[in-house]
Amino acid sequence: MSTASIEELRSRTRALLSEHDPATTDPLDFLRARFDAGLAWVHFPVGLGGLGAPRALQAAVDAELAAADAPDNDPRRIGIGLGMAAPTILRYGTAAQQARWLRPLWTGEEVWCQLFSEPGAGSDLAALATRAVPSAEGVWTVDGQKVWTSSAHTARWAILIARTDPALPKHQGITYFVCDMTDPGVEVRPLRQITGEAEFNEVFLTGVRIPDSHRLGAVGEGWQVAQTTLNNERVSIGGQRTPREGGLVGIVSDTWRSRPELRTPELHQRLLKHWVDAEVLRLTGERLRQQLTVGQPGPEGAGTKLGFARLAQELTGFEVELLAEEGLSYDDWTMVRPELVDFNGREAGYRYLRAKGNSIEGGTSEILRNIIAERVLGLPAEPRTDKDVPWKDLAQ
Amino acid sequence: MTADPNLLYSEIEEELRASVRDLLADHSPVSAVLARIEGSDGYDPALWRKLAADLGAAGLQVPESHGGAGASLRETAVVLEELGRSVAPVPFLGSAVLATTALLLAGDDAVRSLADGSRTGTLAVPFSTAPFSTAPGRPFTSSVTLGPGGTLSGRVTSVADARSADLLVVPAADGSLHLVETGYELTARTSLDLTRPLADLTFDRTPARPLTADPAVLAHTLLTGAGLLASEQLGIAEWCLTSTVGYLRERRQFNRPLGSFQALKHRLADLWLDVVGARAAARSAADALATASADAPVAVAVAASHCGTAAVRAAEECIQLHGGIGMTWEHPAHLYLKRAKADHLALGTPAHHRAVLAELVDLPA
Repeated sequence: MSTASIEELRSRTRALLSEHDPATTDPLDFLRARFDAGLAWVHFPVGLGGLGAPRALQAAVDAELAAADAPDNDPRRIGIGLGMAAPTILRYGTAAQQARWLRPLWTGEEVWCQLFSEPGAGSDLAALATRAVPSAEGVWTVDGQKVWTSSAHTARWAILIARTDPALPKHQGITYFVCDMTDPGVEVRPLRQITGEAEFNEVFLTGVRIPDSHRLGAVGEGWQVAQTTLNNERVSIGGQRTPREGGLVGIVSDTWRSRPELRTPELHQRLLKHWVDAEVLRLTGERLRQQLTVGQPGPEGAGTKLGFARLAQELTGFEVELLAEEGLSYDDWTMVRPELVDFNGREAGYRYLRAKGNSIEGGTSEILRNIIAERVLGLPAEPRTDKDVPWKDLAQ
Repeated sequence: MTADPNLLYSEIEEELRASVRDLLADHSPVSAVLARIEGSDGYDPALWRKLAADLGAAGLQVPESHGGAGASLRETAVVLEELGRSVAPVPFLGSAVLATTALLLAGDDAVRSLADGSRTGTLAVPFSTAPFSTAPGRPFTSSVTLGPGGTLSGRVTSVADARSADLLVVPAADGSLHLVETGYELTARTSLDLTRPLADLTFDRTPARPLTADPAVLAHTLLTGAGLLASEQLGIAEWCLTSTVGYLRERRQFNRPLGSFQALKHRLADLWLDVVGARAAARSAADALATASADAPVAVAVAASHCGTAAVRAAEECIQLHGGIGMTWEHPAHLYLKRAKADHLALGTPAHHRAVLAELVDLPA
């Protein structure tokens, strides 16, 4: 079956539910059965958890399963695997790679992380210095250091880009691999942030041996492969609706309503402005969702993250100020290592500090503005001095 | 809970947009608007005839049974986007939006002559009048009083689209509405917005015909006007962004296109995000008004607050980023700045709409 109608999907979903009653089936068994029935991500090919159906039809399946109280694969915990690794494996992986990795990735049995950023290569990702050199027959040896790696401490696999030819300009000579995080030579160290917690990691790679069968795409084509990963990172998940006053603005509005003693005219003006900004951003996301549903994706996706970061920073700063004396306190500086990050969790001081990362992680706001300016508005790129210079000759 | 708003454009709306845009490109290029503002009243009657009568834009929101096109405020909003994009000097807002809405709500047959474009009208309130609540304690204030035989006396200042109007919908102090066609004095004002002239109106025992005693009609008319003005503001902002991007791609300084400088690119990216938000907010308001959603007051307050600010910012950035040429009379950027700033005050400032919002969503001062 290459295409499926919404009715076929609904009847397949009901068949799955009747053969594997969620009330009595082990959650993992249910998720495996759902994958095998092609109802995991219906736009994936048959045999890889999908049915080759339009992506928009997933919402109907999800609604049916949620109504039946079926187990969820916790997409937040395994977001990097679902959002970044899977589309890349689908596009560039061999049949054997797809068969090995996609099912446990989707069910959440195997968590993935992303070894892209380095201390010297953040927004300038193509400047990366981690080296992969051919050693024994069919084996690459990898040395380097990665940083800002979410979930590295729980991940089974990592997507990794490394330099395989330093004599070429920096966007060339990069190759894309899948790294086994349990291999000797992979060392994960927590990286404590300004919030006190260690949500991310540094990852040190020392003589890590990666078989050539774990390469995704051709040798030297890693930058192109990575674009697939990064474009998918920024694609809106779609299908998710935020209610009015969802998220941070709701927390702040509730505080305003329940604490009249905190109100001042100046804060009132600012609150209303933030409230309007939040509603406009919500409507922008809703419009994007409606465009995706009718198969006409708009460029708004490039802007929603930029807008979200700005709003989150303004709102959380406002909240600390609104709380007056309470804003001087912090809930807990103890270093903890969360598996799940909830931007809105904990208290106002935490939210304020954590929101500072919103304009850095997943593409800085500056890079997003460049993308909008160049790809949406068609403005010319800044002149580049590093484009045609061999990587080894660049100032390191 | 109200239904989710439809924030997209239908095929019919896109076709309408294309027709209006073609018509404006052919008959009202910005060069022609620049030339026309030197004239007496700024309006372009020939353009209005083509738009209102030939294209049927004046009667879009009017049911076919009343001589209109039987479309909705969603389509009316699309026309306003294009009129904003072209700063077209036509009385569409006063006639096809404000007067037409009031006459439709009042159930008066005079709407027919507005719908077919044979006559134009406007609502006789200061253009800065904000939508008001009909709840007790928040009345509409007007100096126009009702006299013997239903005549009107009083003065209304800064009325938009009055100079070309054949009929006026005049609110009296109690919020009741009256139709006036003759017997009043009109004094032209010099307007900040060169493409939307203002006038002061004086009534002195002027004969009038009562339309409705229900103040809710005026309240809803002003709400509709403020909600649809957001679409005009979107059009203004879009033109300012597009023309600035076009200029920065061509203009070279320091041996590079100006648009390649990151400092300028980032400003335009932020402006683009404002415009994208304006489109979502303006569509939300237009859809809520068109479907008579219970959410319309909130949707209008959000759209009016965001779009009013976005249009002014876009026009101000447009002037600045065009450099010296942006400051000249011969470049059209000033027409957009003047329209944007006047619209910022029109039918309630963003600050006013936020104050209204505070009540609607229970965020009291």
